[in-house]
Amino acid sequence: MQEVNWIALIIFILLFAFITVLGFIAAHWRKGDLDLLHEWGLGGRRFGTVITWFLIGGDLYTAYTFIAVPALAFGAGAIAFFAVPYTIMIYPILFLVFPRLWHVCHKHQYITAADFVRGRFGNRWLALAVTITGIVATMPYIALQLVGLQVVIGAMGVSGSGYAGDLPLVIAFIILAAFTYTSGLRAPASIAIVKDILIYITAFAVVIVVPIQLGGFGNIFAKVPPAKLLLAVPGPNTTGAYGVYATLALGSALALFLYPHSITGILAASSGHAVRRNAALLPGYSFMLGLLALVGFFAIATGVGGLPEFVDGFKQFGNNFAVPALFLHTFPSWFVGIAFAAIGIGALVPAAIMSIAAANLYTRNIHREFINRNPTDKQESQMAKWVSLIVKFGALAFILFVPQQYAIYLQLLGGIWIIQTVPSVMLGTYTRWFNDWALLIGWAVGIVLGTWMFVAANLTPNFPLAIGGYTFPGYTALYTVILNLVITIVLTPVFNAMGAKRLDATVAADYYA
Amino acid sequence: MDQPNTGRHGTRSTWSWWYLLFVIQFVASLWVSSYNRVDPTWIGIPFFYWYQMLWVIIGAILTAIVYFATDE
Repeated sequence: MQEVNWIALIIFILLFAFITVLGFIAAHWRKGDLDLLHEWGLGGRRFGTVITWFLIGGDLYTAYTFIAVPALAFGAGAIAFFAVPYTIMIYPILFLVFPRLWHVCHKHQYITAADFVRGRFGNRWLALAVTITGIVATMPYIALQLVGLQVVIGAMGVSGSGYAGDLPLVIAFIILAAFTYTSGLRAPASIAIVKDILIYITAFAVVIVVPIQLGGFGNIFAKVPPAKLLLAVPGPNTTGAYGVYATLALGSALALFLYPHSITGILAASSGHAVRRNAALLPGYSFMLGLLALVGFFAIATGVGGLPEFVDGFKQFGNNFAVPALFLHTFPSWFVGIAFAAIGIGALVPAAIMSIAAANLYTRNIHREFINRNPTDKQESQMAKWVSLIVKFGALAFILFVPQQYAIYLQLLGGIWIIQTVPSVMLGTYTRWFNDWALLIGWAVGIVLGTWMFVAANLTPNFPLAIGGYTFPGYTALYTVILNLVITIVLTPVFNAMGAKRLDATVAADYYA
Repeated sequence: MDQPNTGRHGTRSTWSWWYLLFVIQFVASLWVSSYNRVDPTWIGIPFFYWYQMLWVIIGAILTAIVYFATDE
């Protein structure tokens, strides 16, 4: 490994210290009683359009995204750009569905998607399914944020043998756990502002500086192998790479806002208007994500993969080292410190929101539903604070003791699992037509089949669906949620004919202002 | 569907034809064969890349139009 880059490390530590202080001070921001769960876990639903923009942006565009999307472009080429149509399609979905979810959750004091499903469909087991799906899909996501942190810490030359080498990561996590426990959602909301500004500065710097150094975009793309520059044109009787690209984009778009951390960010908004406005404003992040995907090609063009000083880094972190290597190669040390701090802080913000979201789910939809039905407000918020700690240290243990590849597999599976809540949560905001048991069976089939397809496709999320001589390779999540929906639609009249009860705690007017 | 279109509060409770504008960005995004090409390049960037980035901006504008059109 290279020597410690002291200038970068000092700037990194200073910025980290700054956001740590910010995270603790945040407890007093728009002050509320943090012994209430909706104050700790949703920031009192007080965030306006601008803060919501930073919060959701900081929440969705994670450190792992900034490392992994360019790494995919670096390794696999054009397919990585699916992240762009993906983010183009999420905002209409955000606009059409989630203001309705915001209104009904505000009206009934729901804190989680599972709270909503419990009220809408009156079935605690369906709500439990939504809860467990959310928690299980979130855990590996938190673990992967640590990968982003690990890569930049390693890239600054901080290394050690055995567990001493993990010490910086552990320290960063203790800081994260402490300010989340103290300040709740206000901490990541305030830190997200710093993080996003740093990320924007970094992204624009790299997109301006590298093309100048390399003599323009034409020269950069001329160095990208033709096989990586475009998607492979499909052969006969298959939709080939086009189908994979389109289904990955659409399936990911459907899944994104169902993740507990996304929903927490949305429900923390002060109005349905703020959510709707953000659907038009959040594409600012999509644009930046597209720029960052191009950074993978910059890394190819500069040839960092072949430079001797980066051999160890690539050996340790694989293609995830492409972005840090490019930064080290391109920028002076002080700016490397800023860029790496952006990625490092970019790991803490979503990790904090994810752990809060998982804690809200456990507290509301498992503990209160099945263990202690009448907690006091204080007991409820205290429970959530403890669970947020457990969740984070679970993720930390996972990344320290289990091979990283397992976390990646689980995160990919998480996408396939979370999309199975589309019928109950997303469509549930528009209709109560579905029978609750039909939804539960559709969910179960989607989960089991999706998991099987993932394994059958050699632990990849793209399944070569074969129908009558044609092959449609595509995103397992999208295929299985369609089946889930068909099963739900077919079984609903069956359960209705059997005289199933139809409970609904909400009325039509709850869904709009 | 069990959502009656009461329309008490203007457009928000009901379907709006403006929502069909969203279909445009779905079609543009999912029609992969329409943009999987190198030419024409723009400042050296292959079509595949700048075209999709352009759609991020168009998508944002369409969403803003729908926002203002359906706001009461």
